[in-house]
Amino acid sequence: MTTQPYSADEIMTVSAARLLKNGAVCFVGIGLPSKAANLARLTHAPDVVLIYESGPIGAKPSVLPLSIGDGELSATADTTVSTAEIFTYWLQGGRVDIGFLGAAQIDRFANINTTVIGPYDKPKVRLPGAGGAPEIGASAKEVLIILRQSQKAFVDKIDFTTTIGHGEGYDHRVRLGLSTKGPTSVITDLGILTPDKDSRELTLTSIHPGVTLDQVRAATGWDLKIADRLEVTGAPNANELHVLRDLEARTAAAHKGD
Amino acid sequence: MAEILPLNKAVEELIHDGAHVALEGFTHLIPHAAGHEIIRQGRRNLTLYRMTPDLVYDQMIGMGVARRLVFSWGGNPGVGSLHRFRDAIENGWPCSLDIEERSHADLSGAYVAGASGLPMTLLRAYRGSDLARYNQQIRLITCPFTGEELTATPSVRPDVTVIHAQQADRKGNVLIWGILGVQKEAVLAAKNAIVTVEEVVERLDPAPNACVLPSWIITAVCVVPGGASPSYAQGYYERDNAFYKAWDNISRSREDFQGWMKRHVLETDSFEDFQKIKAETAQEVTS
Repeated sequence: MTTQPYSADEIMTVSAARLLKNGAVCFVGIGLPSKAANLARLTHAPDVVLIYESGPIGAKPSVLPLSIGDGELSATADTTVSTAEIFTYWLQGGRVDIGFLGAAQIDRFANINTTVIGPYDKPKVRLPGAGGAPEIGASAKEVLIILRQSQKAFVDKIDFTTTIGHGEGYDHRVRLGLSTKGPTSVITDLGILTPDKDSRELTLTSIHPGVTLDQVRAATGWDLKIADRLEVTGAPNANELHVLRDLEARTAAAHKGD
Repeated sequence: MAEILPLNKAVEELIHDGAHVALEGFTHLIPHAAGHEIIRQGRRNLTLYRMTPDLVYDQMIGMGVARRLVFSWGGNPGVGSLHRFRDAIENGWPCSLDIEERSHADLSGAYVAGASGLPMTLLRAYRGSDLARYNQQIRLITCPFTGEELTATPSVRPDVTVIHAQQADRKGNVLIWGILGVQKEAVLAAKNAIVTVEEVVERLDPAPNACVLPSWIITAVCVVPGGASPSYAQGYYERDNAFYKAWDNISRSREDFQGWMKRHVLETDSFEDFQKIKAETAQEVTS
């Protein structure tokens, strides 16, 4: 079967969407996670429950939100609760299956930095900060992370651990008293990385079609482990591409002139 | 009972130099008009609270209003960095800014604790996060019943909370709907509350479980149509996304920022006046 041409961002979004099971309760960040989660909802997972930290539960936006406060989220939600309630009853209460995060920087154990580059007290670059991520990373049963792969983002050592992934590896999460799985996949524009079952170090387990190992290594700031049985990611199918492009076109039309 | 006051009078009477002030609105119903009025009146040394410092705090920080900022996420939502916020933290311009950084779970809980009259927030948080190393206010506490180690942080109890809502009635009862963020909690946590509203209506007519803030917990209600613009006010207007994008350029250099603030805020005498000037300058850009 011949496949349609697609972009690196499209296969990233489609690969991430495929990891969301129908019916999963998913706590979604704005941007790439929100796009992938809505693609899942509009394709194979119509009953996925999307929770946004601003309060909407069961949001079904027809266009992608500009921000977490977008009226489209509450207008299409099953219910909209307060932000405090989202983090207590729903997240801390253990009702979230998947926490779906983006990241500015990530290390080999999927620890995330969204706080600062350089020293905390004298930052070279001040990033936005934690938002909901530290507790999403701790309380969601598992975590998916989506970001574009580059030396700038995939660094040997992050300057600040905003949200813990697998810490220093092995049983670090357990030693911290965390009973949830933490990051189970990192989905990028080049492939999919998953933690090694013992060391918890991120390992390239799937590479997108047409991407070379050299390309992936060149976009990673540490000596990346490659799985013995490296898979090739399934290319986006016609329906996935159609739905994704349609969603993006609807979103662009809704914000035309902005 | 809330007094229905002009915004400039409410700010003048209730927000003083050195006060602890929260402007809340979780990217929806952001009290921009009130932020401008605080800038216009030249307030200094404020301790500002806000979960999501965005354009309004970028403006306030860049104009030297704040001495300290308590927050959990600072950015231009969907666009990028806040240049004035970054310049203050990275370079101490226009004055040094102390920061106390927390997470959303923590800060939203801190408003609940403040509203509940409690000194601290109790939650399961920050495990493995460096935030707990840099913010000495994040402490561990042992549950007396189960022995579980939990996180305790101080509650937030501002001198004044400012929010924007859709409607008030003539008695000053306020109805707010859509994405509510922590507005109700922030109002109840504060000693005084100013609520700007889109309009005053004869009857609020709320559904039984709608979010109504009774007049007697509010100090001042100010009628400011469009007062959340450029953010959203559900049922009234969408976000002015073009302005969020334009802000990235306006705020990038100190000079451009100061010029813009002078013309749009310092030299206008109300939010209505500001909106007129803003429409004119937007015209200049497009023509």
